[in-house]
Amino acid sequence: MTTTASTPEKSENSTAGSESPALHVEGLWKIFGPRADKIIGTEQAHLPRKELQEQTGHVVGIRDVSFDVAPGEVFVVMGLSGSGKSTLVRLLTRLIEPTAGTVELYGEKITGMDDSALLDTRRRKVSMVFQHFGLLPHRKVVDNVAFGLEVRGEGKRQRRDRAQEMVDLVGLSGYENNYPDQLSGGMQQRVGLARALAADPEVLMFDEPFSALDPLIRRDMQNEVIRLHEEVGKTMVFITHDLAEALKLGDRILIMRDGEIVQIGTPDEVVGAPADDYVRDFTSEVPKSHVLTLKWVMRPDTGDVSADAPALQQDQIVRDAARIVLDHQGPCRVVDGDRVVGVVDDEDILRVVVAEEAH
Amino acid sequence: MATATAPPPEAPDRPVSKEEQPYVEVGKKRHTGVKLLAVLAVWLVLYAILKGHDTRSLGLQDTTGFHDWLNRVRDWVQLHGPDNWFFGGVLGFIGDVFNSVFAHLQKLFSIPAFPRPVPQIGWFGVVAIAAWITWAVAGIRSTILVTVSMLLFGIFGLWQDSIDLLLVTILAVAVCFLIGLPTGIAMARTRWVSTVVTPILDIAQTLPPFAYLAPVALGFGIGPTTAIVLTIIYALPPLVRITEYGIRAVPQTTIEAARSLGLTKGQLLRQVQLPMAKRSIVVGINQSMMAALSMATIAALVNGPGLGKDVNAALQIQNVGQASVAGLLIVLMAIMLDRTTTAASERSESQGRSGLVSVSGPGVLLMGVMVEKLPRWATEDAGKGVRHPRLTGAGRWTIRALWLVPVLVAVYLSRSQLDLARFPDRTVWPFLEPIDGTSVTKLINDFSSWFIDKVDTFTLALKNDVTAWLINPFQNLLAQSPWWVMGLVILALAYVLGGWRPAVTSAICLAVIFGVGLWNDSMVTLAMTLIATVLVMVVAVVLGVGMGRSRRTDTIIRPFLDAFQTIPPFVYLVPALALFGVGRFTAIMAALAYAVPIATKLVADGIRGVAPTTVEAARASGSTTRQMITKVQLPMAREALVLATNQGLLYVLSMVVIGGLVGGGSLGYIVVSGFSQDQLFGKGLAAGIAITAMGVMLDRIARHAAARTGR
Repeated sequence: MTTTASTPEKSENSTAGSESPALHVEGLWKIFGPRADKIIGTEQAHLPRKELQEQTGHVVGIRDVSFDVAPGEVFVVMGLSGSGKSTLVRLLTRLIEPTAGTVELYGEKITGMDDSALLDTRRRKVSMVFQHFGLLPHRKVVDNVAFGLEVRGEGKRQRRDRAQEMVDLVGLSGYENNYPDQLSGGMQQRVGLARALAADPEVLMFDEPFSALDPLIRRDMQNEVIRLHEEVGKTMVFITHDLAEALKLGDRILIMRDGEIVQIGTPDEVVGAPADDYVRDFTSEVPKSHVLTLKWVMRPDTGDVSADAPALQQDQIVRDAARIVLDHQGPCRVVDGDRVVGVVDDEDILRVVVAEEAH
Repeated sequence: MATATAPPPEAPDRPVSKEEQPYVEVGKKRHTGVKLLAVLAVWLVLYAILKGHDTRSLGLQDTTGFHDWLNRVRDWVQLHGPDNWFFGGVLGFIGDVFNSVFAHLQKLFSIPAFPRPVPQIGWFGVVAIAAWITWAVAGIRSTILVTVSMLLFGIFGLWQDSIDLLLVTILAVAVCFLIGLPTGIAMARTRWVSTVVTPILDIAQTLPPFAYLAPVALGFGIGPTTAIVLTIIYALPPLVRITEYGIRAVPQTTIEAARSLGLTKGQLLRQVQLPMAKRSIVVGINQSMMAALSMATIAALVNGPGLGKDVNAALQIQNVGQASVAGLLIVLMAIMLDRTTTAASERSESQGRSGLVSVSGPGVLLMGVMVEKLPRWATEDAGKGVRHPRLTGAGRWTIRALWLVPVLVAVYLSRSQLDLARFPDRTVWPFLEPIDGTSVTKLINDFSSWFIDKVDTFTLALKNDVTAWLINPFQNLLAQSPWWVMGLVILALAYVLGGWRPAVTSAICLAVIFGVGLWNDSMVTLAMTLIATVLVMVVAVVLGVGMGRSRRTDTIIRPFLDAFQTIPPFVYLVPALALFGVGRFTAIMAALAYAVPIATKLVADGIRGVAPTTVEAARASGSTTRQMITKVQLPMAREALVLATNQGLLYVLSMVVIGGLVGGGSLGYIVVSGFSQDQLFGKGLAAGIAITAMGVMLDRIARHAAARTGR
């Protein structure tokens, strides 16, 4: 629990909003090994991974993770391989059984569900997209997309119609009667996407969906996810090891290391106020002007700025504000709504831009 | 708002996709199911109308002109063979060589060597030699197994037959090694050799062992020579195949590296390919050995020496106890040979590696130092935590040589002491009384009659029900349909399932079956084969799915399958006979027991081979266990299923034929009668040909069907 509060919560953060979270995770643990439940709650549980493995032969996958995801949010979990992010996403629908902790989906406790309720959740409320697609090679595209509907017992006509709709939605019209191995990697992942969408779930989960794709196609697919998010507005939990992808897609980002949360925050928070050296190291290569907002570069309002200077919103991205600030001779005002919260001048902007050049 | 800091919306005119979308053509529908149903419907109608016409059935003692012609060929070979360059010259020479080598071996190990009343080396010496060899190649556990097994050969009173069987097997494998290794090497190194030999191996491996019997017996007469030749023919293909595979499996980069160092072709073979293929070759010897043992057992039907004779004789008089004792010893021998060669192959692996660090052999030997001289830190692998045997290669051989001394003493003793020469029976060693062959036979007979008493209402009911409701109707459908209807049905099925290629093969095979005049019997055999295969697949899918899905189930079941696979087919007849008495059902049950292990393993591997991501994706979609099996795992393992069916078919066919011995009737029985009744020889040979044709036909249809179901 100590690890979660590493950044100051901002008012715009969804967790503090009045609506109940789409996904509420609290005190989630996963320890691999035969006597995992005996270790929880003892001192051993807090040993570093390596020591625990040496002493007991058990491996910590996820250590005491808590977070909330707001409805409609794109929540990115990012970390290097072995950091536990893939385990985490599987714990959420109990594809891997958690050792301790609770997961709630719109107030419904997933941990503690009986088997049939869990099946129902997987069939109707949560869908997943996988890194290696997980398509059925013996079924046509349209039947792959309809698979989820089929297992929940929908009629052939109905599921075909719905599947066709999804195939069109992801831009695969015309390929519905092909088999997966006739498609390229990106197209196969579109099938995976369509399959996940077909069930019309409340939450979509992506487990490194684009890691196996070429960079160009990956960008393509990221845009596709953004487009789909705008069109269907699902809550998304997105796993990735690619920081650029995380910053591009995420409303908020959870950074993991060794099964623990290092930081949760919006992209500009992660870049502007890294929680520790690990995150700082991670984010050092990021073009900051593309991510940081004015509030990270402004100085306190000293009162000497003329009232006719341009007013810029504090959550505007530095890059977008740069032109106005540089054009205006002298400092500009930074406002939160109508209230002036600080000032920014060309030097402040250039510091961010030039710092990047130094790399 | 959650999306307050989300990136600004992309421009709507963003390019749709940069990824090149491949052109794909839509596969055509085959409607296989509908076509099969149509064929079935037409067949049933024709059967109802034409039942019993043109069935080409032939009484057991009846022969056709073709059979008589074969008889005359046989007569001619017997009369003029010795003068003919081929039969007398080539085959006669081979036969003489094998005969004299085998006779010498027998005198050395198993039969009285005149003027001595006992073999040159008595049982005590033989056990000592066998134990020493096993210890040298395979290690101490195998030695214990071999020693105990060989003592049991004697205790059960079947010493001579056991040793004879062992001699046939080992002699055949030795010849296989001499022929097979060069052939395999040549195949791996020269493309055209491979192109020529591979189809021959394909056919040889498709043939049920029974099909070989008559032609070989025609060439070599009846007796040990035929048994050895049969065994060689049957045991050669696996060795050649695996040798070729082993040499080909040497990575291309290794070969390139070796050639860049300037190795000649011969050096490449000796120093790179053979050492790296060593493990495969030993596995090939193992496979060859198991095949040899099973064929050597069957060769009892052509008067081959060994334990097969005892099983056969006991089966004739339906003495379950006697057959079990001999059968048990065969199983024991199979396990002992299998374990020993497996242990040897595992050891060849570890020694090949440790050889890198052992110091020079002869030098160490000279100093009489057997413990590795160089400390481990001086070797390349220092500090890597690699455990090496303490002995160098030379050291190991020195120890082996030392142990040879007591072996030679044992051999000497076995030549001078009668009790150590002839295995003592209960009159000499009274303590053997409760465990010797006679007692065990009685024990098994008592137990089996007690057990059969308890269960025979059940087994009989099962047998009768299955016979009445499944075997008879199906057999009638196949055997009572007019031959031309049956032929067309088979051709149509071959075409629908596998396309025109297997249809052509089938047409040729059917013509052969028709031509040899055994249409009706072949259809009976076909009916039994198909029924048994269906049963095999039902069992294999149930077990295989269980094994493929659960590691634990796999660990429990797999050792049983391994054990079952080492048992020669002949032996399966014994328990089947004990439980179900004579009849077609018994043959089917034996076939079931014989074919289930291989089919189950293939299904299990197929299920396990299903991509884990797909399984996880299906789980995430909320599939139940049942949905997972029927919609994901079985369909994705389809290729493995078809392969399992193909293998199951061939195994079943060979066993159903052997089942002729326990009332399976039809082709198998005709083959057997061919050896026992002079005037039926030609018919037996013809039955062998029919079996071959059927095996090839079923194999081709199954293979092409398999290739088609890739999707």
